Amino acid sequence: MTIKLSPSRSVPSIAAPGTRSRRGGAAARRDGIWPWVFVLPLLAGVGLFYIWPILQTAYFSFTTWGVFGGATWSGLNNYLRLLADPQLYTALANTLIYTGIVLLGVPLAVWLASLINTPGLRFASFYRVLFFLPYVAMPTAVALVWRIIFNGDFGILNHALSIFGIRGPFWISTPGFALVAVAVVGLWSSLGFAMIILGAGLKNIPPELYEASELDGASRARQFRSVTVPLLTPSIFFVLIITIISSFQLFDLLYALLGSKNPVMPKTMSLVFYFYSQGFVSNDKGYAAAIAMFIFLLIGIVTVWQFRLQRRWVNND
Amino acid sequence: MQILSSGGRATRRRLLLGFMGVLGTAALVAGCSANSGSSTTTASSSYTAPDKNLSANITYALWDQTQKKAIDANIVEFNKAYPKIKVNVDVTPWTDYWTKLQTEASSNTLPDLFWLNGPNFQLYASNGKVEPITSVVKAGAIDPANYPKALDALYTLNGVEYGVPKDFDTIGLWYNKDLFQKAGVSVPTSSWTWADFNTAASTISQKLSKDGIYGAVAGMDGQTTYYNTIFQAGGSVLASDGKKSGYDSAATQKGIQFWTDLIASKGSPTMQQLTDTAADQWFVSGKAAMYWGGDWARSEIAASPIASSVNVAPLPAGEKKATVIHGVSNVVAAAGKHKQAAQALQVFLASKKAQQQQGDMGAIIPAFNGTQAAFAKSLPGVDLQVFLDELVYAQPLPTSKNTAAWNAFEAALLPDAFSGSKPVAATLKDLATQMNGALAKE
Repeated sequence: MTIKLSPSRSVPSIAAPGTRSRRGGAAARRDGIWPWVFVLPLLAGVGLFYIWPILQTAYFSFTTWGVFGGATWSGLNNYLRLLADPQLYTALANTLIYTGIVLLGVPLAVWLASLINTPGLRFASFYRVLFFLPYVAMPTAVALVWRIIFNGDFGILNHALSIFGIRGPFWISTPGFALVAVAVVGLWSSLGFAMIILGAGLKNIPPELYEASELDGASRARQFRSVTVPLLTPSIFFVLIITIISSFQLFDLLYALLGSKNPVMPKTMSLVFYFYSQGFVSNDKGYAAAIAMFIFLLIGIVTVWQFRLQRRWVNND
Repeated sequence: MQILSSGGRATRRRLLLGFMGVLGTAALVAGCSANSGSSTTTASSSYTAPDKNLSANITYALWDQTQKKAIDANIVEFNKAYPKIKVNVDVTPWTDYWTKLQTEASSNTLPDLFWLNGPNFQLYASNGKVEPITSVVKAGAIDPANYPKALDALYTLNGVEYGVPKDFDTIGLWYNKDLFQKAGVSVPTSSWTWADFNTAASTISQKLSKDGIYGAVAGMDGQTTYYNTIFQAGGSVLASDGKKSGYDSAATQKGIQFWTDLIASKGSPTMQQLTDTAADQWFVSGKAAMYWGGDWARSEIAASPIASSVNVAPLPAGEKKATVIHGVSNVVAAAGKHKQAAQALQVFLASKKAQQQQGDMGAIIPAFNGTQAAFAKSLPGVDLQVFLDELVYAQPLPTSKNTAAWNAFEAALLPDAFSGSKPVAATLKDLATQMNGALAKE
C-alpha cells in the first residue's frame, strides 16, 4: 500500500518529512518558478475557458443583451424578473425531484458494487462492462432507445405491462410520469460510473479486516454494515458530489428523451433547460445569464454544504 | 492504516474536483459570451454586374447536404461566366447552422452569401446584417415578378426586399388510397371542405378501429397544420402590420377549434399519442389514412412501405382555400468583403437557368415561375401538381423579428387547447397576451 500510494505524494514530503506548515514554506522557497511554469498551460486553459466566461456571465446577467450582442446595463432587472418568474420554481422543483430520484441509485450502486466485487465471482469483468456501458454511450443515443421503450402505444414497456393486464400510461407525454421516466433513465445510466468508483474503493479495503471480523463471528450482512460501508464512505461521498452536480446540470437527456416540442416540457423542464430555452430559443441572453448565475450559485452552495456535512459521516482518518 | 491516512489527501483532491464540476456549469454560459458587435449600416450602392475577370474568394453557407450536388453544378455554370470567383460551399447541419450564423453575425464575419429562412429573416434584416436587393432589382439583374408573390413578401421588411426565394414549399393533404378503400370511403378531391374531411376522418377511424388505424393525424406544427386552418377560416396569426397577435380573433379561433374537434371526434390520435409517435410516423406506417404534410414529405413517403398506395390532394377548404407557403432565400452579408462577387452569385442563383438546373437535379421545388415541371413528375402516380396549383391562394408563413419567442408560446399553450384539457377560447386569449408581450419587445 505504501509503495502504491507514494507517487501521488508531493516530492518534498518524501525529501523532508517534517510538519505540514514547515514543509509548505520550504517547498515554495526551494522550487522557485518551475512549478508555475508546469502548471501554466492548465492554469491558462482554466482561466481562459472557465474563469473568464464565468466573470463575463456574471457581468452579462446585469445587462439586457440583444441577439447580435450590444449589451446594455440594466442593473438587477434580470434577477428581479427571475425571482418573480413561476417557471423558475417549477424548473427548480423538477431539478430537485430528478436529483432525488437519481440519488436513490447511490445505495443501489453500493450494493451492486459489493456484489460484483464478491471474491471468486465468475464473469465479474463482464458484469462490470455491462453496467458501465450506459455511462459511455452517448446520452442522445440512450435517450432515443428509451423513447421507443417508453412509447405509449407501441413501446415494449407498456406491452410488458399489458401482459399483466395493466394499461401503462403515456410515460413521456404525461406530466409527472415524464419526469420520473427521465429520472429512471438518468439513474440507470449513472449507475455504472458510481459502481466503478465504489468498486475501486472496495478494493482498497484490506482483506484482513474481513478476516478479523469473521473470526469475531460477524455475518455477511454485519460485515457489509460495519466494515464495507464505513470504509467506503470517502468513495460514497465522491459519488454523491459528482451525482448531485451532474443531476443539477440535467439537459441533454431531458431534451432528447422528451423532445423540445413536447407539450409537457413546461411542466417538466430542468433549470438548465430553462436557461437554454431563454438564451438560445427566445434569444433573451441577459436573462439567461442570470439563470446561469442562479444555477452556479445553487450548485456552489449545495457543494460547500456537502463538504461541511461530510465531516460528520465520512471516515477520513 | 496507510489507506485511511490517504483519505485526507484524497478528500482535498476531491474538493478540487467538486469545485471544477461547479465551474463546469458556469462554463455552459460561455456559449453566450461573444463580442458585442456593432450593427453595420447598409450602404445601398448601385449594383453593376462585375467584370468577367473579377477575382475573389467567397463563401456560400447552407444547411442541406442533399442539395449540395445541384449547387455544385450551379457553381460550375457560374464559373463559366466568372472564372476567377472561387466559391467555397460551406454546409453546416440545420441544428448548428443558426447558432453558427448568430455568432458570425455578432462579430460581423457572416459568410458572403448564405441561406436564410422566413422565421429568421426579419431578425437579420432589421439588425442590418443582410444587404437589400434594391440596387440589383434597379439594375434589372433580378425581377421579383418571376417568383411567387407571397415569398417576395416574406423577404420584404418595411418595403425593402432583401432576397428572392430559391425554392418553395406548400402543404398538401397526403392520403393512403388502400385505407380509404378498406373503409369504403371515397378519396379526397380538390372540392373537399372541412366537413368532408371531418366526416371521412371519423368514419375511417370507426371502421378500422380494431386495427388501430385512424382517419387522420393532427399535428403540433404550425406550418403543416394549424396555420393552414387559421388562414382557411379567414383568421391570422399576426396582424398585417406584424405588431399584434391574431390569436384573439374569432376566425383564428375557428382554425384552432378544427383540430380540437378532430381529436375529440377520434378522427385523429390524441395529443399524447402524437407526442410519443410523430404525425408522419403514423402515416408512413399505415396507421393513419390522411396526413397534412409539405411537399418535402415525399422523399420520406417514397421510401416507406406505403409508397405505392399514396396520393395527394389540395387542402380542404374552410371559409376559403388556403395553404402556408415558405421558401429559402439566398442573401448577401451586408458587411461582406466581396459584396460585388457575392451579389453576382446571388443574381446567378436567382436566374431561370440556375433554378431550372436545381429543379431538374435536386429534391426541391424551384421558385422561378415555369421551372417546376420536373418536380411535378418526380413521383410517378402521385399528383404533385397539387403543390404548384396551390400557389394561387398561398399565404406566407407568419414571421416577425423574433419569431422563435412566440413560437415557443404556441408550442407551450396550444397542445392544451387541442387535447381539450383547456377551453380553446381561454387558451387563445392567454396566448395572444403572451405573444403581444413578446412582439412589444421586438
